[in-house]
Amino acid sequence: MLKILRQIARTGIVTEPPPQAPAADDAPLQRIQRELLDILGQALAIRQVDAGSCNGCELEIHALGNPYYNLEGLGIRFVASPRHADLLLVTGPVSRHMREALLRTYEATPEPRLVVAVGDCACSGGVFGENYASCGRVANVLPVDVEITGCPPEPVELLRGILRAVQRGRKPSTTIPAHATAPLPTPPA
Amino acid sequence: MAMRFSGLDLDLDALPAELPIGRACVDAGSWSACARAVAAAGGRLVSMWGSDRHDAGSGFVAHAAYALLDGLAWVELVLDEDAGWPDLAGTFPNAARLQRATADLLGIAARGARDTRPWLDHGLWPAGWHPLRHDAVPAPAAPDKLPDDYPFVRVDGDGVHEIAVGPVHAGIIEPGHFRFSVVGEKVLRLEEHLGYVHKGIERRFTELPALEAFRLAGRVSGDSTVAYAWAYCMALESAGGCQVPARARWMRALMLERERIANHLGDLGALGNDAALAFALAQFSRLREDWQRASKTAFGHRLMMDGVVPGGVAVDPDAAVLDALARQCDAIETELRTLRAVFDEHAGLQDRFIGTGRVTPALAAQLGLTGLAGRASALCADLRCDYPWAPFDQLQVTMATQRNGDVAARVAVRFDEVLESLRLIRRLCTGLPSGAVRADLRLPSREAIGAGWVEGWRGEIFVALELDAAGRIRRCHAHDPSWHNWPVLEHAVIGNIVPDFPLINKSFNLSYSGHDL
Repeated sequence: MLKILRQIARTGIVTEPPPQAPAADDAPLQRIQRELLDILGQALAIRQVDAGSCNGCELEIHALGNPYYNLEGLGIRFVASPRHADLLLVTGPVSRHMREALLRTYEATPEPRLVVAVGDCACSGGVFGENYASCGRVANVLPVDVEITGCPPEPVELLRGILRAVQRGRKPSTTIPAHATAPLPTPPA
Repeated sequence: MAMRFSGLDLDLDALPAELPIGRACVDAGSWSACARAVAAAGGRLVSMWGSDRHDAGSGFVAHAAYALLDGLAWVELVLDEDAGWPDLAGTFPNAARLQRATADLLGIAARGARDTRPWLDHGLWPAGWHPLRHDAVPAPAAPDKLPDDYPFVRVDGDGVHEIAVGPVHAGIIEPGHFRFSVVGEKVLRLEEHLGYVHKGIERRFTELPALEAFRLAGRVSGDSTVAYAWAYCMALESAGGCQVPARARWMRALMLERERIANHLGDLGALGNDAALAFALAQFSRLREDWQRASKTAFGHRLMMDGVVPGGVAVDPDAAVLDALARQCDAIETELRTLRAVFDEHAGLQDRFIGTGRVTPALAAQLGLTGLAGRASALCADLRCDYPWAPFDQLQVTMATQRNGDVAARVAVRFDEVLESLRLIRRLCTGLPSGAVRADLRLPSREAIGAGWVEGWRGEIFVALELDAAGRIRRCHAHDPSWHNWPVLEHAVIGNIVPDFPLINKSFNLSYSGHDL
């Protein structure tokens, strides 16, 4: 026990100040948090869904929890069920085999729900593109509020994107838009 | 050039590769005999796959790669139309899923196999359509079709019930489905169903120019991006007869060892956390962040993606940066030793680790457990030690092994491997040869074959590459060590309690993406 306490004391607090939201609307953090409370009435709960990623994005999302970024200190936490979530953080090109699971996760998330697409694959299909097994970008399957590019995006970029999504908020929608259930785009021959 | 491996009665053509790799064609009669000879000689199955050479006037070809004392034997069997290939699961149980995957992707089935359920095909492709056939046109979209039900093996008995988990898991994890049959808290049986992140990688390879496909290889499994990119480039360089400059080889090894440490640091923290020691997660994730930031400074990317390129490396950090990397090893080592003492002395943690998720050495050998998890069950195999290629031939890598095969053993192997890799990185940083970091790689103007074999942090990664006469990729097979270790996880949890599954699973930390392709 003494070793643990000594190590904690020696480490000190390494948490860095969080990034400001994008320059165009750079509100101080306190305002973002207040807005966050206005929009959601609680701290932000995120459900992460890997819809087909190479797991690179997951490594950087994990890094958000380390003491440098201290995500929970901002009132943001990852939850185990979409029913507890305000925001879905979706990675990967949406694999054909994950499409249904992603749609069901979305339907299980209470409104107003936000969807953030993380990584180049989630934004554009990335190196995998669209084919018999990949539906490509997340927006081909779900309405997406904010896209965070990068392969993978660095933790600070993830944080910026999440704050941007919360600031934006969104009018509640009650149904999955028509294009989500429309036939898949035909992959290029 | 011909070569022979002891224990295998085959004349092999030596590939111009950095590790000893030989290739031979056999007939249907000797396909199974060859597997039995490998098993008798104490060898192991590395991978199995199929390819379609109809465009070159041949037919379907079955491939197997075996590791023996002398090197890797790549054995090919040209198949008669629709005859399938003989089942090898009786000799190597880990062949079963590879054969099922090949049946899905190419439509060639293993004759006499007991388990013929689809594996990577979830029932969303048109019947009789196989993505790796060279004449396979893009599958028509079927947006409203739901995946088929998977016929799990049912366990019956008084009080037995099932727990279904996934594909969306309750954490920041890749998707897959686990079906537990339990009595109370005790796990009687676990059956995995994978393939959810199948995104057509092997088909995608054939659509990319060979000189650019290293980016795709580096995204087969993001946590092993350096190892995959190296294995792919090694295969391409072997097909193209390219000599990689010495400095580039050292730089690749430096990145590979940095990748090993980054993953081990992450796992050690997560393992502590899964056993309720949140302190471990905070400390190790802090060290991992320091480590990734240094990678960004030295190699321009926190995971070192796209650092390994055909012909060499894309980055060449200067002496000051290399010096900083070497010094960082000292700082990390001090912290690591402190944290290891905390782990070792923490009764609660050890109580969760010791004896949990045990894979005995005998079971590990029988099932073909590989890589880090294999070394924790007394299977002594590490390509850096067994076939040391440059620069490992100058570094005398010490293999980390344990005999207990439990979570504690897999934790211990990780600690030992981090310490050894820290030593290697110091050597690599100070001894880097000078010179160019990239050679010109010209694609051969004839059909060519290449192979790459690299010890990633999780285990051996193997890439087999076939180029056509125009230098296009006809087939690129990328093999992840997770293929062999996923089935062993099903055995490791038998008799354990459900709450220990996350801990056991994390102690293997297998790749979904690398497996599902």
